[in-house]
Amino acid sequence: MTKILLSGNEAIALGAWEAGVQYASAYPGTPSTEILENFARYPGIRAEWASNEKVALDNVIGASFGGARVLATMKHVGVNVAADSLMSLSYTGVRGGLVLVSADDPGAFSSQNEQDNRQYARFGKFPCIEPADSAEARRFVGIALEVSEGFETPVILRSTTRLSHSKSAVEARVPEKREFQPLPPFNREGGANRVIIPAVARRRHPEIEQRLRDVAAWAEGTAFEIGLNTIFWGTQPLGIVTTGVAYQYAREIFPNASILKLGMSYPLPLQAIRDFAAQVETLIVVEELDPFIEEQLQAAGIAIAHGKDCFPLCGELTLEKVRQGALKAGLLEGEAPEALPEKPGIQINVPSRPPALCPGCPHRAFFYDMARQKRKAIIAGDIGCYSMGVLEPFKAMDMLISMGASIGMAHGFKQAGGQEGVVATIGDSTFFHSGLSPLAAAVYNKAQITVAILDNRITAMTGQQNHPGTGITLQGAQGHDIDIAPVVKAMGVTFVEEVNAWNVKAVETALKAALAHEDGPAVIIVRGACVFTPHFHLQPRMRVDHDKCVACHACLRVGCPAILKSEVLYEKNNRAKTMIDPLLCTGCTVCMQVCPTNAINPFEESYGEGV
Amino acid sequence: MIDQMNFLFVGVGGQGVLTASDIAAQVGLDLGLDAKKSEVHGFAQRGGVVESHIRWAPSVGSPTCEYGTVDVLMSFELLEAARWLDWLKPGGTVIVNRQQITPMSASVGDAVYPAEEEILAALKARAGRVVVVDALPLAEQAGNSRTVNTIMLAALSTLLDTDPAVWETAILRRVPDKYNDVNRQQSLQYQMTPQYREHRARRP
Repeated sequence: MTKILLSGNEAIALGAWEAGVQYASAYPGTPSTEILENFARYPGIRAEWASNEKVALDNVIGASFGGARVLATMKHVGVNVAADSLMSLSYTGVRGGLVLVSADDPGAFSSQNEQDNRQYARFGKFPCIEPADSAEARRFVGIALEVSEGFETPVILRSTTRLSHSKSAVEARVPEKREFQPLPPFNREGGANRVIIPAVARRRHPEIEQRLRDVAAWAEGTAFEIGLNTIFWGTQPLGIVTTGVAYQYAREIFPNASILKLGMSYPLPLQAIRDFAAQVETLIVVEELDPFIEEQLQAAGIAIAHGKDCFPLCGELTLEKVRQGALKAGLLEGEAPEALPEKPGIQINVPSRPPALCPGCPHRAFFYDMARQKRKAIIAGDIGCYSMGVLEPFKAMDMLISMGASIGMAHGFKQAGGQEGVVATIGDSTFFHSGLSPLAAAVYNKAQITVAILDNRITAMTGQQNHPGTGITLQGAQGHDIDIAPVVKAMGVTFVEEVNAWNVKAVETALKAALAHEDGPAVIIVRGACVFTPHFHLQPRMRVDHDKCVACHACLRVGCPAILKSEVLYEKNNRAKTMIDPLLCTGCTVCMQVCPTNAINPFEESYGEGV
Repeated sequence: MIDQMNFLFVGVGGQGVLTASDIAAQVGLDLGLDAKKSEVHGFAQRGGVVESHIRWAPSVGSPTCEYGTVDVLMSFELLEAARWLDWLKPGGTVIVNRQQITPMSASVGDAVYPAEEEILAALKARAGRVVVVDALPLAEQAGNSRTVNTIMLAALSTLLDTDPAVWETAILRRVPDKYNDVNRQQSLQYQMTPQYREHRARRP
């Protein structure tokens, strides 16, 4: 049996295709993005980027009602955006199997929080399925779809960064044809649940409570028979209840313990767990983030010796943390592996390597200018690469909370009575995600704010996905692209200016004019393609002329990774002259524009092949 | 015969660390072992710290190594070897590329990039063996600076008791065709360097 390595995300995509998913919709978000990118390449399916996670879920709800098996994928905080529909979807139920993949981010590697989305399953009263590696991710998608169709319920398939972005072995064989039973055609009769008016909601509530009990009964029996929930009997008197990637840490740290591994972490098979507990001396729960299983077991009167008292509540679990927890609980003989060198180590100061805007980034001139306006303007930020405006050397962001929040926060801040100008910065993809409605409110209420739409022609931070502003669809077709300026004008904004993102002076002039505008919100569209898009063209790279450089370090204030301090000192101030790394420079000219002595200039006609 | 290895590949975004770690994980499978690899790639920007864990064993559980237990720390950049050194088990092996990529904290801020001797001394104080590879000039000689990662894999392959053909197959299968001539040449070229001969001589 040949095996290949697939990431969790690749495996979810493959499993979804194999299990007959016909339509999938998503908004990009780390660590979920690659699921749809991979799914989109399979034959005989439709896959789309929606403008936000709620739209993605609404799309697949409609398709499920229409009789298709469907998948919506998003990062954990994206589920918050979709939650309005999700909570009532539990009441309407589904027709074609509907699986929502929630890719959580314990450790908040690239997110604004580390919420545990298993809580949504309990909150919304529907099942949650958690794979522990890629092979399970592939297999469990199919099970999730069966559960969804069989019980007419939405199902959350919960991944985490560690599952989504790890590769593990799966069987290489892929069926040539997908085998699934299409549902009968849509019939208007019998669809009373689909229109969730209050009378229907009141009738449905006890039915979904019963549905949850039915799924729990299934989890006690069938789920074990098909290997969704599993018991591994060990030789020790220790028993562990665990789920997801936490299982992998548990089985390495406690190789001889008995383990009840939950593929379905909600609803719990309480009787099976009670029986398991009766056969072990000590029962512990190893789970990442919230004490989700632990508290339910306690509520059911099942005695837990250890859980969150030893294994951390915050952050991602690791082998080391589980080992430390086990030592604290007295469950392991001996000590942690030798962490100290046998010979005394030599401590050196390792400088940090913080993320930075890429060389050539179209956000650079804007944040350079914003940093200069900082004393006069408050800056409300948004989610995207431009969140890095908060970092050195710009430090040009005063608040940042969630997708699309910048515009509403900017207006609210102004309403608190401050005299400063207020600027909301929002990217193009984020603007289509959730910037349109707050802008409507801002126009309507004559908000005295400046909205800077940083249009880099792509969803950049998640790895260059297209969106309504670019017009290219996920499956590579030409869709319709929406031009932002006419949209903003049609909404009633009286000041709209488009400006070249790499022109430092033009961006500054536009910003100043926008801040002076008094008739409702002013919008500037700072336009320049992300360096990773085909629209970005390398220009002749820059060089610092050391005869002219006076080591004023103005160029370092543009925060470009290509600009370095050289070893040559300027004799009058004894500071290092700067230099430009030719391998990194893209020739964007921002540093050239801010140099007061014209020491920076292009020095080559063009780039060589392969750069 | 190897039956268990923990590798940690580290470097700077854009150096091909993740591709190299894909290949190393695949080699584990090709050797008949179970293999997993894990990395965190959040931000798409160039220039940040990149870490990738690769584990080979008859059956691998955690996709990440345990702190302080890494058998081989392979750093594609000099400073990063120092950053991740504590992950290495005492007496383990460090393979380090001499290439220096100055972080913004040093180029813009006041932090100082430590001297090469200082970093190498720290590595030697913990590791049982430190192999320094001058990968960038080798890659440039072979015709493409983007194949630094193949040079590093070539260095790794010579330190392990594995068939070099397994590595070559895994590399050629994974990287774009346009680099393959360069990669083949590189593998040959590396085998002609004194470093390589020294590694071969010291191989267990």
